[in-house]
Amino acid sequence: MKRFLIIVLLLNFSCKEASKEVVAQVKNSEAEVKSDIDLKIYDYDGLEPLINKTDGKVHVVNFWATWCAPCVKELPYFEKVNAEYQDKNVEVLLVSLDFPRQYETKLKPFIKAKKLQSEVVCFDDVDQNRWIPAIDSSWSGALPATIIYKDDKRQFYEKSFTYEELKTEVQQFLK
Amino acid sequence: MNFSNHKRQNTNTYGVSKTLGLLAAIVCFVSLTAFTITTDGGYDIGDVATDFSLENIDGKKVSLADYKTAKGFIVIFTCNTCPYAVAYEDRIVELDKKYASKGYPVIAIMPNDTDVKPGDNMQAMKARAKAKGFTFPYLMDDGQKIYPQYGATKTPHVYILEKSTKGNIVKYIGAIDDNYKDASAVKTKYAENAVDALLAGKEIEQKKTRAIGCSIKTK
Repeated sequence: MKRFLIIVLLLNFSCKEASKEVVAQVKNSEAEVKSDIDLKIYDYDGLEPLINKTDGKVHVVNFWATWCAPCVKELPYFEKVNAEYQDKNVEVLLVSLDFPRQYETKLKPFIKAKKLQSEVVCFDDVDQNRWIPAIDSSWSGALPATIIYKDDKRQFYEKSFTYEELKTEVQQFLK
Repeated sequence: MNFSNHKRQNTNTYGVSKTLGLLAAIVCFVSLTAFTITTDGGYDIGDVATDFSLENIDGKKVSLADYKTAKGFIVIFTCNTCPYAVAYEDRIVELDKKYASKGYPVIAIMPNDTDVKPGDNMQAMKARAKAKGFTFPYLMDDGQKIYPQYGATKTPHVYILEKSTKGNIVKYIGAIDDNYKDASAVKTKYAENAVDALLAGKEIEQKKTRAIGCSIKTK
């Protein structure tokens, strides 16, 4: 009993600490990039509502990073889905797992160079053993990974997509 | 299942009554363990891991069977090109320094297709091992035949094996620790705890953990 409580208290404490840090980081990045790119940084508690919306829309959530070659290769397909299905209530969210020290040097220049139109958020939470299985019990932790969901219907993919494959999956949610 | 809800429920109810608190703690614990049960091919805890004969950076072939006096192995699928793998290099060296003498040497295996990732070819592996002072074998999974048998999906991906009369039994699968960013901020050293438990003849508390890594590259 005592041990459970200690674990729970520890978890609770670490989450509070983590969110404090994130608030500070968000503030910093907002100050730095006011006229630049507005990058929001979340820990898992912050990200969770963004990947569990119940608004009747189809949400395509892609976990990626600029250093992940297969992720970069498939990004244009997500962009294409975002553009082509915008009027069909489909929203793409690109969740970047780039390291915080590279937000300014790698991530922002990448977003600018590729002119990414889908929403990009940063996800920075070291307690991966907590949030990887919470996002999907089958996720081993490899990138890229994608969730497609609409309200309660949900699919998880630990794989790379071609555009055709991605389109087929998205269309299943539009039926 | 929503983990954070369980957690919230748990802390809130404890204030109300101890019984409810205990119930919630059990729910929390059960949901935690439920997450760790996955079998997507490859080995699970308790399986016998295959031996191999793979080329090391010194040109010699290495097999687990070569290690006559080892009690087990810390097999780590890792590479040069993945930032997560790079973030753990020093910690992998430390693991070998700490546990090789106790009977659990590190055996590093590079699983990527080097046509897809030329930065992981044998020459690059040699250079990286020299630069970082690897004290353990760094083997090429030539033909990519070994990692699928283990069920490795990413780098770094750790398999801790214990030698037995039946072969090398898989005792732990997952991450090295719980903070890829900052070794000094680590709260739980999963891999060390697992080896410590094996050395002490105790049950490993966390037999499976998850961490982000780079997918293993194939054609």
